[in-house]
Amino acid sequence: MAEAAAEQEEKKGRLEEPTPKLILTSSPHQISQDSIERIMWTVVLSLAPASLAGLYFFGWGAFYVLIVSVCSTMAAEAIYQKLSGERISVTDGSAAVTGLLLGLTLPPGSPWWLCVVGGFFAIIICKQLYGGLGFNPFNPALMARVFLLIAFPLQMTTWPVPRSFFSGIDAKTGATPLGDLQVARLTGKGIGKAAELNILDAFIGNIGGSIGEVSAIALLIGAAYLIYKQYITWHIPVSMIGTVMVFSGIFWMIDPSKYVNPVFHLFTGGLILGAFFMATDMVTCPVTLKGQLLFGFGCGLITVIIRIWGGYPEGVSFAIVLMNIVSPMIDRYIRPVRYGAVRVNNKKLAA
Amino acid sequence: MWTIAGEGIHPTDSKSATSSIPIADIKPPAKVVIPLSQHIGAPCDPLVKIGDIVKKYQKVGEAKGVVSSPVHSSVSGKVLAIGRFPHPSGNQSNSIVIESDGKDEAIDSLKENSDYLNLDPKTLKDIILEAGIVGMGGAAFPTHVKLNPPKEKKITAVILNGAECEPFLTSDDRLMVEKSREVIDGMKILMHIMGVRDGYVGIEDDKPGAIEAITKSASGTNIRVTSLEKKYPQGAEKQLIKSVTGKEVPSGGLPMDVGIIVQNVGTAVAVYNAVRYGIPLVDRIVTVTGNGINRRGNFNIPVGTLLEHVVTECGGLVGEPGKIIFGGPMMGIAQYSMLVPILKGTSGILVIPKGDVVLEDFRACIRCGRCVQACPIRLLPNMYSILGEAGKPKEAEQYYVFDCIECGCCTYVCPSRRPIVQQIRYIKAEMRKAKSKVA
Repeated sequence: MAEAAAEQEEKKGRLEEPTPKLILTSSPHQISQDSIERIMWTVVLSLAPASLAGLYFFGWGAFYVLIVSVCSTMAAEAIYQKLSGERISVTDGSAAVTGLLLGLTLPPGSPWWLCVVGGFFAIIICKQLYGGLGFNPFNPALMARVFLLIAFPLQMTTWPVPRSFFSGIDAKTGATPLGDLQVARLTGKGIGKAAELNILDAFIGNIGGSIGEVSAIALLIGAAYLIYKQYITWHIPVSMIGTVMVFSGIFWMIDPSKYVNPVFHLFTGGLILGAFFMATDMVTCPVTLKGQLLFGFGCGLITVIIRIWGGYPEGVSFAIVLMNIVSPMIDRYIRPVRYGAVRVNNKKLAA
Repeated sequence: MWTIAGEGIHPTDSKSATSSIPIADIKPPAKVVIPLSQHIGAPCDPLVKIGDIVKKYQKVGEAKGVVSSPVHSSVSGKVLAIGRFPHPSGNQSNSIVIESDGKDEAIDSLKENSDYLNLDPKTLKDIILEAGIVGMGGAAFPTHVKLNPPKEKKITAVILNGAECEPFLTSDDRLMVEKSREVIDGMKILMHIMGVRDGYVGIEDDKPGAIEAITKSASGTNIRVTSLEKKYPQGAEKQLIKSVTGKEVPSGGLPMDVGIIVQNVGTAVAVYNAVRYGIPLVDRIVTVTGNGINRRGNFNIPVGTLLEHVVTECGGLVGEPGKIIFGGPMMGIAQYSMLVPILKGTSGILVIPKGDVVLEDFRACIRCGRCVQACPIRLLPNMYSILGEAGKPKEAEQYYVFDCIECGCCTYVCPSRRPIVQQIRYIKAEMRKAKSKVA
């Protein structure tokens, strides 16, 4: 009798359908709100000040370049994923970030087809062919910029003078401060006009250059927001910019008539844009903070070398793309010292 | 401020829903299911037969082997069945089903002792073993084993864990607020057993009431309260030791390797009750919480009470439940049945409504490194995730996967929603399998 009751009880426990049906997953059961979408669209938002500064200084020539670039990358991603039968992830914002970054690195008033070629090259050649977001070894926007610079050097080095749009003197072109510097250097004129650069103009953005790189203040506002949101850390930007400042500073102290001062290096060209928004690209920089410091150092060093001795006036894009190649190796060799690693304790025991 | 440096996360804690609700009893269950395995180690052997009449506090399962712990009846009544029943680990386990007679008649042999600090450590350890006390923070490691380190390990301090860093849980908080004297008296027993002079109680600074109460009860003793930064997983044993003492437990080692024994505050109270009043561990404080339950609170619940009964006594479910978690949301276990019992190590019951459960497909790792920065052991969870997905568990060996404590920080921060902890468990299981094949 008792046995039968026991059996019944056991059966009940074993066979009865759990009512209600419960969802089973591995822990943890609570996750952060920071999805890929949220991070990517926040990066887009953080680039808004720089984009608006570009529009202010270059007008229509900046507007359509940014729009065409963003549309091209998003279209390229959607078309590729549609054709290859993958999940269409164009709304995750990563293609928009690539497009916006590409547009910001192009000269204002670039031909529309340049933006389209760059956008498709960035997404299809530099990202999707490697397997899509997460698998691309290079920052797609930068790789596309480098490609365009080599393939279309004329279009990529035609710089309108800022605010020429508003003054009505359209199509007036000038040179970037770094371009001036290179011409002076190659013609044996020391630093030439570079000494005349007004630092305040460079800080606000009233200088020649690509759409997004001219206004340091606008870039720094966006970067501060990203750091506040903890989507980037200070390690790469500080290490990269610090390296540029230190090395250019050393040469400037040796011979100020031949080399420009570090502040000039900081506010001209794409250093701030590159250091805060390109080198920090999650996919293509090292995952450890120590590795990121080394990565930033490498980016800074190559930038200075190209700017001082190279054949191109600007070296930020090349520097970051070259360091992208090294990222996997940095991750392989630079690892965090894990909690309780025996090495740590041996030191303690010896002390 | 004492804390773990750099690593860790700050999840939304949702504690305020229950942190000010005093501990209450629930209506005694008509039936309890007491698993013979409620601890890490060998399951017990049953001491009773079907049809036996048992009393409350009577030992019904005998510890088997060195690492094991006996189980006791939490009610008086009749043994209805012995067999395999649903277990919170997600499996089934040998259990003793006892039908309560509603009288809660205790055994006569409860030995009170008010002069307990004059007992020698060996006797005290035997009392703790006989009382079936296990770590009540969740892992349920037998306490008497932890208190019995090999002779060559010199223990210098005992740390009580009152960090309670898991979101939602407030059972330890309430315990410290309401039973601070018992916590400290239990701590004194633990320190007496270990022969140490120094004792610490680590409490996260989001529990000012607990810090105040414990500090007050500890005044005049060698027990110091360490206020810890609120940060998950501050209460993980290794992190707690680092925060309180600055020492790191060597990789692959135990706290005793740095001269430390850590016990949960609830365990200290259980030790006190066993030593002072002879009462074995048959009930515990459980936080019942989440948007999916009508009445939240902190309840004193007999071990063996079925989830179904607790839910009914807490006003039932709100809408359709999605997940029911035993423990907290970071490391707790999702339950598959309403018929699982409360164990000695069940710190909370979290009911997440179906609408709040997000089940997304995970995506490729975007190498953001957030998991690397969040990992409190400073490992590379991204590599485990990638190797786990690729089905290459062997290659994870070089990344020290067995140092992982499965705290869930990596999975919490992953923007690609990758189930990193699950992938780590897969790797560990595969590697254990491979090792046992070789051996």
